[in-house]
Amino acid sequence: MSEVLIPKIGVVTDIRMDTPDVKTFRVVTQDGKKAFDHMPGQCAMLSIPGVGEAMFSITSSPTNTEFMEFSIKKCGCLTDWLHQMEVGQMITIRGPYGNPFPVDTELKGKNLIFIAGGIGLAPLRSVINYCRDKRDSYGTIDIVYGSRSADDLVDYQEIIDEWEKTEGVNVHLTIDREQEGWDGHVGFVPNYVKELNLNVDSTVLICGPPIMIKFTLAGLQELGFKKEQVYTTLELRMKCGVGKCGRCNVGSKYVCKDGPVFRFDQIDELPDEY
Amino acid sequence: MLKISMNEIDKLFKAIAESDTLYLPIEKGDQIEFYAYDDDAKVRLDALHTVKSAKDAFLPNCETMMKFKVEGKNIEIEEQARVSEEFVILGVRACDARSFAILDKVYLSDPVDTFYAARREHGIVVSLACSKPEETCFCTKFDIDATEPEGDVITWIVDDVFYWEAKTEKGKALTEKIKAVFEETDNTAVEKQKEEVKAVLDRLPLNSMDMEYLKGADMMELFKSPKWEELYKSCLGCGTCTFVCPTCQCYDIRDYDTGHGITRYRCWDSCMYKDFTMMAHGTNRKTQLERFRQRFMHKLSYFPINNDGEFGCVGCGRCISKCPISMNITKVIKTLGGDSE
Amino acid sequence: MREIRELLVKKINELLENGTVNRVIGWKAGDFCYDVTPAVYTKEDNLCDFLFDGFCGANQSKYLINETKEEGKVLVLLKPCDSYSFNQLIKEHRIDKEKVYALGIPCSGMLDINKMKEQGITGILNITEDGDKVKAETLYGTKECDRKDVLLERCLCCKGSKHVAYDELLVPEAEEKELGGADRFSKVAELEAMTPQERFDFWRTELSKCIRCNACRNVCPACSCRTCVFDNAASGVAAKVNADTFEENMFHIIRAWHVAGRCTDCGECSRVCPQNIPLQLLNRKFIKDMNELYGEFQAGEDSETKGPLTAFTKEDAEPGIIYTRGGDR
Repeated sequence: MSEVLIPKIGVVTDIRMDTPDVKTFRVVTQDGKKAFDHMPGQCAMLSIPGVGEAMFSITSSPTNTEFMEFSIKKCGCLTDWLHQMEVGQMITIRGPYGNPFPVDTELKGKNLIFIAGGIGLAPLRSVINYCRDKRDSYGTIDIVYGSRSADDLVDYQEIIDEWEKTEGVNVHLTIDREQEGWDGHVGFVPNYVKELNLNVDSTVLICGPPIMIKFTLAGLQELGFKKEQVYTTLELRMKCGVGKCGRCNVGSKYVCKDGPVFRFDQIDELPDEY
Repeated sequence: MLKISMNEIDKLFKAIAESDTLYLPIEKGDQIEFYAYDDDAKVRLDALHTVKSAKDAFLPNCETMMKFKVEGKNIEIEEQARVSEEFVILGVRACDARSFAILDKVYLSDPVDTFYAARREHGIVVSLACSKPEETCFCTKFDIDATEPEGDVITWIVDDVFYWEAKTEKGKALTEKIKAVFEETDNTAVEKQKEEVKAVLDRLPLNSMDMEYLKGADMMELFKSPKWEELYKSCLGCGTCTFVCPTCQCYDIRDYDTGHGITRYRCWDSCMYKDFTMMAHGTNRKTQLERFRQRFMHKLSYFPINNDGEFGCVGCGRCISKCPISMNITKVIKTLGGDSE
Repeated sequence: MREIRELLVKKINELLENGTVNRVIGWKAGDFCYDVTPAVYTKEDNLCDFLFDGFCGANQSKYLINETKEEGKVLVLLKPCDSYSFNQLIKEHRIDKEKVYALGIPCSGMLDINKMKEQGITGILNITEDGDKVKAETLYGTKECDRKDVLLERCLCCKGSKHVAYDELLVPEAEEKELGGADRFSKVAELEAMTPQERFDFWRTELSKCIRCNACRNVCPACSCRTCVFDNAASGVAAKVNADTFEENMFHIIRAWHVAGRCTDCGECSRVCPQNIPLQLLNRKFIKDMNELYGEFQAGEDSETKGPLTAFTKEDAEPGIIYTRGGDR
């Protein structure tokens, strides 16, 4: 019987500087394969022995069978260390953890709206690329993505080179403040969402800073969206990833096992501790 | 049923220890804990409770899970071997014996925790019936019979005689190995003691505590109770209740640089601690009220919701006698139920 | 005791009524006769479960750190020994004196339920104090013991009946009295007389019991750092568990160093330790050493004097003293 807490060795084969504080790391096993299969929205535990272990959402799509990618913002002890890594560095990896977005069930055939702020795009990128690769299974796709400045837009190259060019995919970018060389929309995500005249029949997937989620959700409800139509992914401290260590326990749920993907009507039934 | 005189009880310990490691309530530095038996051990079967509960035998306070060799960019993982030899834990009281079933629900559920599972597989539980319950005991509230604990073998001490009855295959196999030390006997003395102890159990002061309202209670209603504010107020935020609790199951995973490599170990953790949910960008339980509430909500509401109504408490009473400011689960139960006397 | 409680309730009600304070940190009766919990009472709460008896040993000064951050003035009830911790906290600017009203209350020694249980008095249903005796109704009949045998460890070396800080006294202070009257350094002297190996073995036996519950630290009025070094992930010592024997020893030794010169010897650390580690002994060793090296000093005796480790004088011992005091290597 293998132990879930014992990780595999992963090798970092590519590091991409996305924004001043976000890097995307490509990880494979020592024999050059993908560490494990996953579904969009699921997470993996990455660690550097002696530094720490933490949960990260898998940014790449399951349809990518060669490697996994993680977009990671520099914001603490472990992430500082990860940002200093060079290609060829080994790390440890275990997973997949958590439930995925219901891409093959509830989301199938639906019009989808993705709303992300800053590094909040990381978990949604996996779903967006999955849906693009299985384009026929979904209706129109709207992607609303905002960040502090144009320099802080994660995956910008992929967005303009690939997402914008996919048929039936509409990308709406916005930044918080005017910036030289930016001729796109300026303004906060919650307001932009209200201006976009989005289809109220769509299913919404949202991820970003808590304050953005709060105001966007309120805006969506004003537009006539119901909580049952809106999914998000929660981030809490996790250690084991399998619903035992107790750290991410909120109400009767363990975010690492029962989440991290929740519908807002499900979140409403939980204590306000996330 | 088998018996051995308490005057000769060392013979039994030696017989078990000959083939298996034997853990017993042993006194060291004026305190009694489960330690491995040796010739110098001061065995204290008379003690009602050890400070740490018997869960230490299956979910140790601290255990190494793996070691890493780190060289330049390379990492090698060396997995810690699981427990693979039989061991016996003798003197487990009924409350602690029940706690294993509660821990099993967490650690043996999918995905199985293999470190815990190996210890459960190889551990033989020899429980000891209570002859002198204390006022802090409330195992009766959880339908635990202190006169007939769960276990692979059940034992009783009546006057100067130690009685032994194997209950499971594991228990019978152990008995087979050491049966030379015993004499055959009937259960008259044991039955008599059971009746006497039951009379005491019927008079326990915490019997009057009302827990009925918790069965199937609305989670959010309990969570939002204004009573938490008065309950948490004096809490020091230490981990005493958590660490003496037989059912507290949360753990932390830490890396330790030994100077010769990195050891990744797991250890007990407490949701009472500030850093329990701390992330780089903050914590979701900022106040002691929230942390205090989490511990009791988990035992009285969250755990039962996920486990067919079973509470995360066995009524051992350790938190009652050990909390520095005498706040504990029974006061929480009484106050939340409006029965603060 | 009962008379004192009645006087106290009257005084508390008076101070709440006339607006001197808007709340009081008191002791609340528990399920049994000994499980008293500190609690805050306001004017709206009636004081029916407010208790003052032989089990109100808890030193409540530390609660003032948080309580004085709230609105209004809070009433604190100080037993003579508690007033030392109170004074020390004021000296360290940890509590805002303006937001506290301190009522000095008398004390005739507090009881230790664990000592009663160690004497075999278990299944306790009720306890009454009767002069020098303590009587217990138990599940197993009536038991009795001598009061002096079940006093809290700290009461055996009582600091006396004088309060070193208060706004008002509940009753006039008694003349100096001897309670227990034991020499608080006698056990330290015993340890000093041991060989280094014996001493090491003694502390290893004691400290190896530690479960790192942090009760000693969290209750200690001298441990008032906003973020403790043992909670600081970057410190390298923020462990949840004693990963090795070195940590087992160092947690308590480091803590004793941190409180040296500020520890009033209130003994809360020993009282709350679930493993009965005699932590107070470590602090007393430091106090004894400081007394010998820098002259007699009692932390918290007043709220101005600088402690021996925070004031430099030319007469201070030279660091080399450790070679002569350290014994044979």
